[in-house]
Amino acid sequence: MAKLQLQGIRKRYGAVEVVKGIDLTVNEREFVVFVGPSGCGKSTLLRMIAGLEEITGGTLLINGERVNETAPDKRGLAMVFQSYALYPHMSVGDNMAFALRLAGVPKEARDRKVQEAARILQLDSFLDRKPGQLSGGQRQRVAIGRAIVREPRAFLFDEPLSNLDASLRVQMRIEIARLHRTLGATTIYVTHDQVEAMTMADRIVVLNGGIVEQVGTPLELYHAPANLFVATFIGAPKMNILPATARSGKNGATLLDLEGSGPIEVPGDASLQDGQPVSVGVRPEHVSLAESGLIGGSVEIVEHLGDETLAYVMLAPGRMITVRVAPDADVEVGDRVSLAVRTEAMCLFGADGRALRVPNLRQPRPRQVALA
Amino acid sequence: MTNATAGRRPSTFSYILMTILGWTAALVMFFPIFWMVMSAFKREIDAIAVPPLFVFEPTLENFAAVQSRANYFGAAWNSIVISVGSTILGTLLALPAAYAMAFYPGRRTKDLLLWMLSTKMMPAVGVLVPMYLLFKNAGLLDTRTGLVLITTLANLPIIVWMLYSFFKEVPGEIIEASRMDGAKPFQQFAMVLMPLALPGIASTALLSIILAWNEAFWTINLTAANAGPLTAFIASFSSPEGLFWAKLSAASTLAVAPILVFGWMTQRQLVRGLTFGAVK
Repeated sequence: MAKLQLQGIRKRYGAVEVVKGIDLTVNEREFVVFVGPSGCGKSTLLRMIAGLEEITGGTLLINGERVNETAPDKRGLAMVFQSYALYPHMSVGDNMAFALRLAGVPKEARDRKVQEAARILQLDSFLDRKPGQLSGGQRQRVAIGRAIVREPRAFLFDEPLSNLDASLRVQMRIEIARLHRTLGATTIYVTHDQVEAMTMADRIVVLNGGIVEQVGTPLELYHAPANLFVATFIGAPKMNILPATARSGKNGATLLDLEGSGPIEVPGDASLQDGQPVSVGVRPEHVSLAESGLIGGSVEIVEHLGDETLAYVMLAPGRMITVRVAPDADVEVGDRVSLAVRTEAMCLFGADGRALRVPNLRQPRPRQVALA
Repeated sequence: MTNATAGRRPSTFSYILMTILGWTAALVMFFPIFWMVMSAFKREIDAIAVPPLFVFEPTLENFAAVQSRANYFGAAWNSIVISVGSTILGTLLALPAAYAMAFYPGRRTKDLLLWMLSTKMMPAVGVLVPMYLLFKNAGLLDTRTGLVLITTLANLPIIVWMLYSFFKEVPGEIIEASRMDGAKPFQQFAMVLMPLALPGIASTALLSIILAWNEAFWTINLTAANAGPLTAFIASFSSPEGLFWAKLSAASTLAVAPILVFGWMTQRQLVRGLTFGAVK
């Protein structure tokens, strides 16, 4: 298994820099997810690690060895592509055995490895079929099988589930996570879907505009986003962002005047100056209906999702807040409601979008796998 | 909804109109060939009859006359050698070129492709004299080797273009997957790309054979009795002693018959290849 180190990795196409100096260490056995909106450079970064794109600047180390100029197959990495990229003219078995055949592995050893991979992926009965005769999910498993038989030092996944329908996607997500636990292989997984990132990752790397916005465990990113971008990108429904102005209160407390509503007291030390403009970030589950809450407004939309209900409350014209309420909560469109905010779970962001205060909510524990 | 349905399925009236138009166009294009074959079986006197004769007593005398005056089988053999030879040579040259341009394009690849095609827009007669002198000095006049070479060069731009388009259809990720699997460039080409692009390569080769078979300008100008293919064979009936329509028609029928049969047999492959999407 491999440890990958990215040191100041850059990619430039002509005058356009799409990856702008990325430093990152992917530990052995770790499942790291690159997530970001389209065009953020996450696929390019993965392809540079794979060796399919030239690295313009910086150093890529695999187990401490510089591999910038090493051919893709010599890096010991296996990649699963978005389109599966199976060889349509070869049987499933031949697809999986292709790399071994090229490497000159004898037939018996090849067959044994393919059989084993097929067993893990429940593809035993499909080995003689052509990819065209398989369903999307089965093709995806063949693509993964092709990666497994090579016994790579690390797996690279490039948006592997985006061609599948929603229910299959959930199923494959679980399968990939389980596979990772079984094989314990270092994995880098690229996706634009923050749910995939949250559910599968040991650590998430949030990319935007070719730079790393934040690296952390899913819960770290969820509860303590480093900036406004991460705050609004991670989590569905989105974190509420409310503009406010800071003001000193009594006994050294800091008060925040939310636009269109009363002041909120910020617990703890936020070291804000008087009159400083800030953005208050609060998750929908940290807002609740209250008898006499700090803020209030009228309910615009109610979404019943079964296990929960989302209420969209208009605080002031153009200023909507999402509130996660109990499924049986008594809210209807047009209601005037009063809302309480769990101020200890609140995030504060400065005018530059950087987090000013990390909420001292339950600190996420580092996950076991990440330490192994 | 109704609009969409109407858009997809033409009304009965326009369907009939389209059918009539289609058949008319096809018949107009087919008529000269039909007339040529008819004339081939007429006596010379019937062939020039005014008004034209649709009913006549068929005869094979023209074919006998043609064969006695010129060597049909020799010319046919030359046609086969030239069209197959130039197709093999051209495809062998074009495959690596198209591969490189499709999968490792440089900044000037598009320009290069356009430039290659632009050579086809130049009137061939413009370079006839230099080509003739080159052929003469190289001792290639009236040789099959020389004709294979010139036909290859004449058709190469089209072969490269077609193969390039077919290669562009092969998803890049499949080639990348083979790179990750450790395939060297030649292995990527032979083990992954070739099998996928085979229908395209086949239709390119078929088209190349047809183009080479029909090539007349260079074959007529650079050959005499020895290496002349069927195009030169037809031409030899057109001049010295005036025009003999029936014999000329018989010679022409003999010349186009093989390629017509060939085209008929391979039309499925040709249509599939020329309408693209052959890979997926």
